[in-house]
Amino acid sequence: MSSAREEILARIRQACSGDAESAAASYAEITRQYQQAAKLSREEILGLLTERLIEYDAHVYRARETEIAALCRELFARRGAKRIVVPGDLPGAWQSGAEFVADEDLDARELDRFDGVMTAATLAIAETGTIVLQNAHAQGRRAISLVPDYHLCVVREQDVVETVVEGMRLLEATRHLPTTLFSGPSATADIEMTRIKGVHGPRFVDIVILGA
Amino acid sequence: MSETELDPRVAPSFPKAAKASLRDAQLRANVRRATDTIQAKRHKLVEEKKDWQELRESARQIRAHVLEHLRVYLEEFERNFTRAGGHVHWARNDREAQEIVVAIAKEAGADEVIKIKSMTTEEIHLNDALEAAGIHAYETDLAELIIQLGHDRPSHIVVPALHKNRAQIREIFLREMHLTELGENPADLAEAARKFLREKFLRVQTAVSGANFLIAETGGVCIVESEGNGRMCLTLPETLISVVGIEKVIPRFADLEVFLQVLARSATGERMNPYNSIWSGVTPGDGPRNMHVVLLDNARTAVLADSEGRQTLQCIRCAACLNACPVYRQTGGHAYGSVYAGPIGAILTPQLMEMQHGESLPYASSLCGACYEVCPVKINIPEVLIHLRNKVVAQKGWYAPEALAMKAMASVFRSERRFRAAQRLARMAQLPLARRDLPIVGQDAPTGQDSGSGWVKWLPGIFGGWTQTRDLRAIPRESFREWWESRLT
Repeated sequence: MSSAREEILARIRQACSGDAESAAASYAEITRQYQQAAKLSREEILGLLTERLIEYDAHVYRARETEIAALCRELFARRGAKRIVVPGDLPGAWQSGAEFVADEDLDARELDRFDGVMTAATLAIAETGTIVLQNAHAQGRRAISLVPDYHLCVVREQDVVETVVEGMRLLEATRHLPTTLFSGPSATADIEMTRIKGVHGPRFVDIVILGA
Repeated sequence: MSETELDPRVAPSFPKAAKASLRDAQLRANVRRATDTIQAKRHKLVEEKKDWQELRESARQIRAHVLEHLRVYLEEFERNFTRAGGHVHWARNDREAQEIVVAIAKEAGADEVIKIKSMTTEEIHLNDALEAAGIHAYETDLAELIIQLGHDRPSHIVVPALHKNRAQIREIFLREMHLTELGENPADLAEAARKFLREKFLRVQTAVSGANFLIAETGGVCIVESEGNGRMCLTLPETLISVVGIEKVIPRFADLEVFLQVLARSATGERMNPYNSIWSGVTPGDGPRNMHVVLLDNARTAVLADSEGRQTLQCIRCAACLNACPVYRQTGGHAYGSVYAGPIGAILTPQLMEMQHGESLPYASSLCGACYEVCPVKINIPEVLIHLRNKVVAQKGWYAPEALAMKAMASVFRSERRFRAAQRLARMAQLPLARRDLPIVGQDAPTGQDSGSGWVKWLPGIFGGWTQTRDLRAIPRESFREWWESRLT
């Protein structure tokens, strides 16, 4: 490898003594006294998620498996969304009320012409109003949930956790996958620290919390 | 002001630059309003977080642990990122990093790149280097776009354009985007930026970024943002080049559970950044096919070698210390003559310059400690400031005015005889300066009685710095010792 690499590593070695052996022991000694487990009841957690998502300008709906098709029809009509891109493995029963196109390596310009995108989610974190998307079942690659201006995202009740810590620990198993955590629609506070909804990511976000 | 070069090698000293900033009333009003807003939001969310102090302590410990074992984690990151199809490059200094980025961009056939806001690329003046190589860089963060189109310089680590208000931003956009009409609500301005940049996101195939965290265990890279410009840049192009300081590595994926929580609350007063992206190398069919990380030293190893200065590298660039700093809130960021402004800039910049430049910055503080209190990784900034002041004085040698004055003081304090002589001398010297007709606040002398003291409102020469903004208590006519002795005789 390059001499820059060797030189930088040599300088680090000179500056501090930590090696692989001491690293493991020293890492284990780090104290973690912050809240890790949930404290709220299931219903309170779902309520908190709803409240936090709304605070960050997302719209939130609750539905059961039998109601989701009707709800989608209603939401697409309300948003005026006619052509929707979906990951190839999104449950067919959910796809109602628009023209659905399964993503097959569509390029960015093609994605830009859709009215919206519909995906599932890996999990949701109530405390921060955060939805986690991974390149996994029914969520597709990152570009499809980014370029269209409207995102309808379905998260299952059982995948909602209370704390960030619980959420991150559930993600451990799939930590190598491209992962996006989003909390509400795209936003900026760059002008006079005023929070404005919507810059480049989806400006309109509907979240459906799906019960059994 | 706008053309100030934020290069500590050529920037004027802090007191000089600060004077210019202090005369700009608009700038001060903008900075004050923005930092007030952000502080209020942060305060509310920190109050609500009952385990805040525990999170801070864990964050500090993890960052300190990383620095002690930096070599281990950098090698682990390199191994895992490479295994996942990425390329790792090492740069000793700004010039090497520039060359690496230019070479990768050229190999990708790029004559333009889109950029995610990155203070590290500002630190190495990457845009100028790209421009010199015939490659145009588009800043895509709203604030960075305002800075770039306004031919300005960043004044804050997180919200680089906070010194501009909406009317000023509107003027810049009208002029530089060649618009004929534009509202002046922040929403209108954001909409204009969206339209201006969308075409670039869909077209440009090479992107440049920094990174918030590198994850050793997974070879992962994490970038947090609000607008979605980051996601555009790190998802749509063919090639992504991330320039990252070597200190930005964290051991495990699980450690994000601490940093994502403290960073968002500290930086923007949100429970979570609107967007956090995490990826490990190349994923076929999802995101860039050519992934590069440039690990930048640029004197960070020198900071690491200084046991007292080392904690500076724990920084996660949240900028809470800027918003809390009474000095920054008056001067804004440009006076610091560096892309890193505020308290963290005051300790980081001179160290990155290996104490050859920016020596006035450790003095740009009243040592009030507000920065330490809000720091999510508990960097004791006042302690480092004092350490660096020592270094500056030591560097100037024994003949520096401060060193001479301190030596004289030490000699006076060591001997009772010299101390008494000095007291007498000072009492005589202050005669024409001390005004005994002014009452002492909080100590009302009985009417008609001389309190024996007074105020000095003006001092000559180099002592004048003290009396420029405050009065000095005059030395009493009689010291306690003298009074005690007179009682006994």
